[in-house]
Amino acid sequence: MSMLKIENLEAAINGKQILKGINLEVNAGEVHAIMGPNGSGKSTMSNVLVGHPAYEVTGGKATFKGKDLLAMSAEERSHEGLFMSFQYPVEIPGVSMTNFMRTAINEKRKYLGLPPMAPTDFLKFIKEKRDMVKLDAKFMNRSVNEGFSGGEKKRNEIFQMAMLEPSLSILDETDSGLDIDALRIVADGVNRLKSPETSVIVITHYQRLLDYIKPDIVHVLYQGRIIKTAGPELALELEERGYDWVIKEYEDSLK
Amino acid sequence: MKEAQSYIDLFSKNRALVERGSGGVMNTLRDAALDSLVQYGLPHNKLEEYLHTDVSKWFEPDWGMNLARIDMPVDMAETFKCNVPNLSTQLYFLANDTFVCSETASKNTLPDGVFAGSLRDAALNRPQLVEPFYGKLADMAKPGIAAINTLFVQDGFLLYVPDGVTIEKPLQLVTLLSSKVDLMVNRRILVVLGRNAQAKLLVCDHALAANNYLTTQVIEVFAGQDSSFEYYDLEETHNANMRASELYISQSAGSKVAVDSLTLHNGQTRNTACVSFDGRGAELSLNGVAITDKSQHVDNMTFVDHRLPDCTSSELFKYVLDDRSTGSFAGKVLVREGAQNTSSQQTNRNICLTREARMFTQPQLEIYADDVKCSHGATVGQLDEKALFYMRQRGIPMDEARMMLMLAFVGEVIGKVELEPLRDRLYRLVEKRFRGQLTQCEGCRACR
Repeated sequence: MSMLKIENLEAAINGKQILKGINLEVNAGEVHAIMGPNGSGKSTMSNVLVGHPAYEVTGGKATFKGKDLLAMSAEERSHEGLFMSFQYPVEIPGVSMTNFMRTAINEKRKYLGLPPMAPTDFLKFIKEKRDMVKLDAKFMNRSVNEGFSGGEKKRNEIFQMAMLEPSLSILDETDSGLDIDALRIVADGVNRLKSPETSVIVITHYQRLLDYIKPDIVHVLYQGRIIKTAGPELALELEERGYDWVIKEYEDSLK
Repeated sequence: MKEAQSYIDLFSKNRALVERGSGGVMNTLRDAALDSLVQYGLPHNKLEEYLHTDVSKWFEPDWGMNLARIDMPVDMAETFKCNVPNLSTQLYFLANDTFVCSETASKNTLPDGVFAGSLRDAALNRPQLVEPFYGKLADMAKPGIAAINTLFVQDGFLLYVPDGVTIEKPLQLVTLLSSKVDLMVNRRILVVLGRNAQAKLLVCDHALAANNYLTTQVIEVFAGQDSSFEYYDLEETHNANMRASELYISQSAGSKVAVDSLTLHNGQTRNTACVSFDGRGAELSLNGVAITDKSQHVDNMTFVDHRLPDCTSSELFKYVLDDRSTGSFAGKVLVREGAQNTSSQQTNRNICLTREARMFTQPQLEIYADDVKCSHGATVGQLDEKALFYMRQRGIPMDEARMMLMLAFVGEVIGKVELEPLRDRLYRLVEKRFRGQLTQCEGCRACR
């Protein structure tokens, strides 16, 4: 079953064209890795998919579980089951984690026509998901991400992913700034949430994270286009040889 | 100056009437007030301290004043039948400028020696409680509201707490503007706390009828040695209301004073707060919130005078301005020569929700002592776009996300309110305000 289908997607920010025709299909149960050198458009792609208002879609289309993704607001995309783990999770002083999560969960339930979650159920649910990513209870009374260490912020992202139970998760450079233990906890959380009904897009510079979250398919993004798609062995090869050979291969193919 | 002249004439013609409706020291000060008004006029925007609020314009209309003290009945029962639980207070009313001897007020139980009631009555019958204090802090040697207020004021509220007495239950003074016609009201509040005395006073300022109102208000607070006083000033009036308020506080050694001033709904407001440390080791927490929309205007001017060593002051003012509303904050902190070991912190943060909203902020720090710890900071900005998007990605709709951020923003000030039930109620009120459900004064229905 198709989870996400992107066709000829083009996008710009501040008038500058970044995505120049992306084609990508992700099926339910699959893990895709998107790799590429700096400035190739990886973060732009994830931001466009989750509806960041700063990016302008200039062409193409994206279908998420059969619905027109680009016609939806950012919050609707979330309710429909799209999640992004932020490269730089945002601090929100004065908004407690509990209040934040309760509002997010109940807004989604409202969208799905469900009543708000009972407070006791909500607390149980929080505990279960916290345990999964080893996030201490004390964080729940703190303001969202405020004063969290780099590793805590990323664990908090996976905690939120666990709470919201998305169908498609985009992990935008979730490995950046993580030490090996934190990386393992985060990857472990992602793997436990994997199911035949859910999909993951892992955006990363390095092979390292892919040792823990095994991709089914690896893409190379370069200058706003996907220039190579292969199996998991591609990530290893990129780690060893860098991007130059892929870029050269692509440029030769254009001649 | 022409605005002042008409009030000078009005007073000269009606002096007997004004004085008949009042008494004691309140009348003795009229001459000084008249001199001051003649000399300085009404404060206008050519003056640095009134740059963003031309208060003199508010006095241009030919306001009616109830100098003959005609009874203007306000149906308290009708106004206050709603009762939000958890905040239990001793309740008092000022209808326009008149203290209301209501049934509720007479039921209040206060420790021996405490006086809470009509300032006029006290000036007439208990002058020893009023005379040593009345007009001693209000500064009439400069342009301001104190002069015109002192000239016309006839009644108000006195809270007198003798040495060593603690009033556990907070006192709540509800000031109501209610009349069939446009009205100018002059109101006075005097608070005297003896040595080691403790009290909490919440003043809820409301405008009931949809008329135009102009209120002048002077509050004088004497915080005795090692006393503790919490003062909450909650304005919830309407768009046709103008309020010029001056708060003066004198803190004796070791006293602790907390002031929280909240403008939730208003028309045009100017609040001046002047605090003087007249003893060592005193502490002040001075905070404010203003939430404005349409063409509302809120101007807070504070002056904290560190005259003596070892005193601590902290100030936090936050504004959220929507539509075409405007705000102003000017905070002056003066650390005088010899006021060593002063600690002073001042913060003013503001959010303009639209391009048309305007905020003017001016922190001023003057330090003439060398062993002090002082800081100030001011910012004007918008809601954090990154936070908004982060919240939306998690499924929180735009409007709700904005609400949460605004609540969190002013929540920092409300969190400082020590009276827990009041704090909870303020969160709810602020949320209602942001949701646009508090578009006009609801009497004290929203507040009680």
